[in-house]
Amino acid sequence: MTVTDDRSAFYQNTKVAGFDDVPYEEKERLFGLVKADMRFPDYLYGCYECGICVAACPSARFYDFSPRRIAQAVGREDVELVYQQMQEDIWECSQCFSCVRCPRGNNPGGVILIMREVAINNGLVSAREALEGYSRIIYKIMSTGTQVSPDMLQPDAFPDWGPEVKDVSDNLDLWRRALPPETHHTTSTGWDVDEKTLVELYLIWFHTGALDMIKEVDEGLHMILQEVMEERLEDAGIEV
Amino acid sequence: MPIPVQELLKKKEHFERDPDRLPHDFRDEVFALEEQGEWIVQRAPDPIVEVPTKYGYLKKVPKQHLWHHKSCGQCGHIPGYSTSIFWVMRKLGYEYNDPRDQTSCTAWNYYASATSNAAAQAAVALRNFAAAYEVGYFPLIHCGTSYGHYKEVREELLHHPELRAQVREIMNKLGKPMVMPEEIVHYSEWFYAMRHEIAALQVCDFTGIAATVHPACHYYKLVEGDAIYDPDVYGGQRTAIVTGVAEALGAEVRTYSTWFDCCGFGFRHILVQRDFTRSFATLRKIQVMKEEADPDVVLTHDTGCVTTLDKSQFAAMAHGKNVGVPVMSEAQFAALAMGAHPYRVCQLHWHSADYRPLLEKMGIDWQAAWAEFQEDLKKLESGERKFSTWDDVG
Repeated sequence: MTVTDDRSAFYQNTKVAGFDDVPYEEKERLFGLVKADMRFPDYLYGCYECGICVAACPSARFYDFSPRRIAQAVGREDVELVYQQMQEDIWECSQCFSCVRCPRGNNPGGVILIMREVAINNGLVSAREALEGYSRIIYKIMSTGTQVSPDMLQPDAFPDWGPEVKDVSDNLDLWRRALPPETHHTTSTGWDVDEKTLVELYLIWFHTGALDMIKEVDEGLHMILQEVMEERLEDAGIEV
Repeated sequence: MPIPVQELLKKKEHFERDPDRLPHDFRDEVFALEEQGEWIVQRAPDPIVEVPTKYGYLKKVPKQHLWHHKSCGQCGHIPGYSTSIFWVMRKLGYEYNDPRDQTSCTAWNYYASATSNAAAQAAVALRNFAAAYEVGYFPLIHCGTSYGHYKEVREELLHHPELRAQVREIMNKLGKPMVMPEEIVHYSEWFYAMRHEIAALQVCDFTGIAATVHPACHYYKLVEGDAIYDPDVYGGQRTAIVTGVAEALGAEVRTYSTWFDCCGFGFRHILVQRDFTRSFATLRKIQVMKEEADPDVVLTHDTGCVTTLDKSQFAAMAHGKNVGVPVMSEAQFAALAMGAHPYRVCQLHWHSADYRPLLEKMGIDWQAAWAEFQEDLKKLESGERKFSTWDDVG
């Protein structure tokens, strides 16, 4: 047996990438969803294997993670490896897009974003695990239209940010009222958002299926968001 | 044959654009879609300043009549950031609109959790653009991620008619027009364009201040073509943003070897996986800056970068690492140069790394300023004053 034969046997072994309890057809279906995204053809053109994306990648310095490995697996349509990456790798990406320095014009960060969307839409374990502890952020952005709010600055949530977090928390209402922009006198949202604006935002979440995406990863959160949004839309005389 | 290192470095000193290699101008497609009746292109209102971009096109930056597309992270956790932007604009005498009819771009969540999709993201962007258009003001994007993401959205809309159709259907349901601004302008581009007007009103001498700059990834890496690159700053090899402003104010900008690195924000990581964020921010950025450049201040121009580089230092300091340098936006830095109050306007008490030695070096009496701010708080606490206003902050 030659070395080449050995490698061939290795690559063709469906157990190498793990997850052999998941049928190949299911992995192929998920990969098909990744490739079907309209952005996919603009994000991957091939790979020189130069490693520039890895050199620029912050996540590659701290995790067993490589944007090149992802670009190559997707490029050569390695269904098994792509599935493994969707379950193990993609949530390490920082989404800084330093990898778009690629001389081939690839956008590995963009491919990863598509893979994440497919992981969410199909309720993959990796997606559920990655978003544990993150539900309140999703609730905040989808229900209030601003992602982080002053009242999130609690010392028990950010003990590593120093004692100033407690100062902010202790004086929150007062310090917010000391801000000269009128839109900034809020504690539970970044700024004061109009009711009408929120109604329009909710309609966007409903009509684009973004709200439904939450159902696959956090059914409880989905129920709460749906209730909050339907109530406000009903108050505005809108039926969804 | 040895590698001609010096010759290669010399070539890198200055970037010469090859006019034959100029990529096509996206604005041609933006206007073509308007001619086809697909959307309205909102023109940048006069007066404008034209600034050079990466591939040589001139970008229009309006001086006034701007609709402030605020940042959730800035307004929520670093409010002196947005307050300084407004304050500088007011001092220069340029009117603006600070809207309530604005949502976040929602891109922080999208990059963190992927719990959205291309159509929703494009609809959120166009709803905000339409809201600005309806009141007759031109969008000015405060957040680097919003800016980068909106440029991504513009690219997607330009090249995917099916996405435009989907978004149009939603905008019709909202009763809003399809609007694309002629330029997508980041606040730091406005500061860059106005740097000489800002410097003309400078009251603090910054000649003894050494700064390092961290450029935001989503500003110059995402859809990089219309980021500002100036042949007179870094020889046109790096984005001129922030550095151009700091130099106009007389500060000494020092470089360091990990200039191009991300700050380590990570979107999801900064909130629920901060071991990564803290490590990267301190090991690859702050410590390198300290060792190689020893700055008095780190200047950046995005929500996540200020938060990450500032807040990550506390834990590293506990481990005796070489950290401990204040971090702020160039908007706050420029406001301080123009005499803004460090607490009433720049709101430095929301920051973590010690900024007081910097204020002392700038000649600002932070103890007196803090006492003044405490007087404001007493008035608010007693009910004598409900809110502080622009008139109250000078």
